[in-house]
Amino acid sequence: MLPEFELLMPRTLSEALEMLTQAREGVAPIAGGTNLVVDMRGGRHRPSVLVNVAGLEELRGIRRENGHVVIGATTTVAELLEEPLIAEAAPVLWSAARVFANPLVRNRATVGGNLADASPAADTAPPLLVLDAEVQLTSKEGSRWVPLDEFFLGVRQTLRQPDELLTAIRFPVPPSGAVGGFYKLGLRKADAISVASVAVVVEVGEDGTCRKARIAMGAVAPRPIRAYEAEKLLEGRVLTPELVAEAAHLCAEATSPIDDIRASAAYRKHVVEVLARRLLSEERR
Amino acid sequence: METKVVTLHINGRTHQIALPPNRTLLQTLRDLGYTDVKNGCEKGDCGACAVLLNGKPVNSCLVLAWQADGAEIVTNGGLGDQAHPHVIQEAFADAGAIQCGYCTPGMIVSTKALLDRNPHPTDEEIREAISGNLCRCTGYVKIVEAIKLAAERMAAAKEGR
Ligand SMILES: Cc1cc2nc3c(=O)[nH]c(=O)nc-3n(C[C@H](O)[C@H](O)[C@H](O)COP(=O)(O)OP(=O)(O)OC[C@H]3O[C@@H](n4cnc5c(N)ncnc54)[C@H](O)[C@@H]3O)c2cc1C
Ligand code: FES
Ligand code: FES
Repeated sequence: MLPEFELLMPRTLSEALEMLTQAREGVAPIAGGTNLVVDMRGGRHRPSVLVNVAGLEELRGIRRENGHVVIGATTTVAELLEEPLIAEAAPVLWSAARVFANPLVRNRATVGGNLADASPAADTAPPLLVLDAEVQLTSKEGSRWVPLDEFFLGVRQTLRQPDELLTAIRFPVPPSGAVGGFYKLGLRKADAISVASVAVVVEVGEDGTCRKARIAMGAVAPRPIRAYEAEKLLEGRVLTPELVAEAAHLCAEATSPIDDIRASAAYRKHVVEVLARRLLSEERR
Repeated sequence: METKVVTLHINGRTHQIALPPNRTLLQTLRDLGYTDVKNGCEKGDCGACAVLLNGKPVNSCLVLAWQADGAEIVTNGGLGDQAHPHVIQEAFADAGAIQCGYCTPGMIVSTKALLDRNPHPTDEEIREAISGNLCRCTGYVKIVEAIKLAAERMAAAKEGR
């Protein structure tokens, strides 16, 4: 049995924003419910009012707009896989969707819900971080775009205010020379929560030097993080095996993992270095 | 809690039922007598509660019934029954892919969704498609065989063999 709550069913975005403003304390949006229903049943989350955003037309769809890819917040992970624009422009995000949960969960789980939930292991976060994504937060007062890197504060903590909805995610369409990859280490091949994950995007010029590097990691810190030092080391240089090894080491240095049921902190630190090295080596080819 | 009248089209029949907001689609289906939809974990882990919601396979335990207002729902029982089994259901029986049977309705729903999209799946694709459905009995080998058998029989029927 789920605990009792009030469920509001807005038909438009402005109705939903009005409801969020009016609601007493303990209001939460609900999209796919794949986190929220489980958390309410387990008693970890006890909202008294839910606002259903799953059906809102304004939050749907994936489109290209002014040099950006814009993803509506209630886009499901399954829809990321079906949309050719994602496979073409952001294979790093497509790869993460491919290993996200399982086909049943993917049909409900939304990208907005994944980011708003702000689990350190949220699988769309590392790819969106390396794509320099921003999230759109909207309240009755208006909208603001926030870099995803600033949106995450800590374990399940974000910049989002209670009267705001995450309405969209956008990132600049990467230049044609950009290549990248995502690797998620779980305890089994499918339907596993990340033990550690790494996403990489690099742009390498004609002369072989790295113009831009982005590396992000999941499940190795209180929030999904970028590896700034490693990125800085790579930019402006040729990706030799030695340089890649050094950068991978800096990735591990940037982490502050924990011991939990899935893995030890020491293992996570080690494995992140291995994954980063592998991904960066693939991009050299 | 206030109730609301929700309309559900289940296996071709329309139901209108007053429900409080904290009822899941799973509970609702079972209360309406669709007990072929199984309750295994109620947290998205096992897939025993899988149904097609507007054509897509989902865990009905994670959907609030109000969120499904107006939706088309197909359960394993909606695909066929004992007198007129669906090809997939027959293949599961013939391949010995059913032991206790608890996972079977969910497996068949996931299989239907797979074969609708991809009539000739590889073993890898089959395993991925049922990765949200846990089976405690069979070890999956016979389930994968059953899905291949179903795919073959559906292809043969289509070609009029
Ligand atoms: C079996 C299983 C496997 C899973 N596997 C994975 C996995 O491999 N990788 C992974 O990353 N996650 C996984 N998850 C977690 C979950 O599916 C994802 O985090 C999912 O993306 C959450 O989206 P949702 O729409 O279901 O969110 P909901 O459960 O509806 O909401 C989650 C949180 O976000 C808030 N929220 C939702 N939408 C908005 C919005 N538009 N604006 C503001 N706040 C909002 C809610 O209030 C709530 O706090 C798994 C879950 C299950 C049950
Ligand atoms: S009962 Fe829904 S997934 Fe287990
Ligand atoms: S046959 Fe018993 S759980 Fe699958």
